[in-house]
Amino acid sequence: MEFILQPWPWYVSGPLIGLIMLALTYFGKSFGMSSNLRTLCALGGAGKFSDFFKFDIKAQNWNLIVVLGVILGGYLGFHHLRYDTPLALSLEVVQDLEARGFTEIGVHLVPNELFGLDVLSSPRGWAILIIGGFLVGFGARYAGGCTSGHAISGLSNLQLPSLVAVIGFFIGGLVMTYFIFPQLFQ
Amino acid sequence: MKNLRFLLSGILFGIIAVKSEIISWYRIHEMFLFKSFHMYGIIGTAIAVGATGVWLIKKYKIKDIDGQPISFADKAPLYKSALFGGIMFGLGWGLVGACPGPMYTLLGTGIWSIAVVIASAVAGTFVYGLIAHRLPR
Repeated sequence: MEFILQPWPWYVSGPLIGLIMLALTYFGKSFGMSSNLRTLCALGGAGKFSDFFKFDIKAQNWNLIVVLGVILGGYLGFHHLRYDTPLALSLEVVQDLEARGFTEIGVHLVPNELFGLDVLSSPRGWAILIIGGFLVGFGARYAGGCTSGHAISGLSNLQLPSLVAVIGFFIGGLVMTYFIFPQLFQ
Repeated sequence: MKNLRFLLSGILFGIIAVKSEIISWYRIHEMFLFKSFHMYGIIGTAIAVGATGVWLIKKYKIKDIDGQPISFADKAPLYKSALFGGIMFGLGWGLVGACPGPMYTLLGTGIWSIAVVIASAVAGTFVYGLIAHRLPR
């Protein structure tokens, strides 16, 4: 039990994620966490606006059930299988964030400066969450997959488009982290 | 009951996502700053296990749980989409520090503001669907 409650090292977590992908393959499906966003659009009636959302929704039900499981897993993992200890982050990263005015760094899984409920009282806080989410949703569908569909499933199957997409993920992530984020949090 | 296997797969993923800290904005930030091996180790070993499994499934023509042959669909060779879409995705990932799986996991941990990000990701998918035919492929 002690081992379960501690943070899991990368060499335990990574292989387990690979096994989840293989389990979904064995169940006759595929591992992709962004296609459910398209199913949600279709459920909301988006088929009236674009043929992109006209497909057999029932055949995608399994995907929404996976999502429900992921939410439940988040609840169980966080509230029942974890010590409430701070993250062991790189000292350099902590110092850099401190210099940018971040507080309680690594105390919670996400920083208050981006996700604390008080950010929802400022237009700037809303804008960051809305723009970030929009880019992830639009970009994942445009690229044809996200971290699970391209980086893990696609690269496991040696797909060249997936390699291009992952290079794109990194170009975008590096531009954000090195050039845009420092402007947003000076 | 067929759905139970999907529910359990999701629950297991959610637990791993919490325990491995891949749902943490800090871990993603660290990854893009190249200050920690953690995320690279996770993604790398996930691919190593995944690739070995895919190879075995193909080599021994392993059937799925219903006895059907397992086929791996090739990703469409749309390299401009992959690159431009990938860059947009990366910009969002670098900012909010969560890709779609972890977004749902964070909701389960009680980070309520992530609901704004999820709703916006749905909106982004919707807008993509509206203008997809006009974008470079």
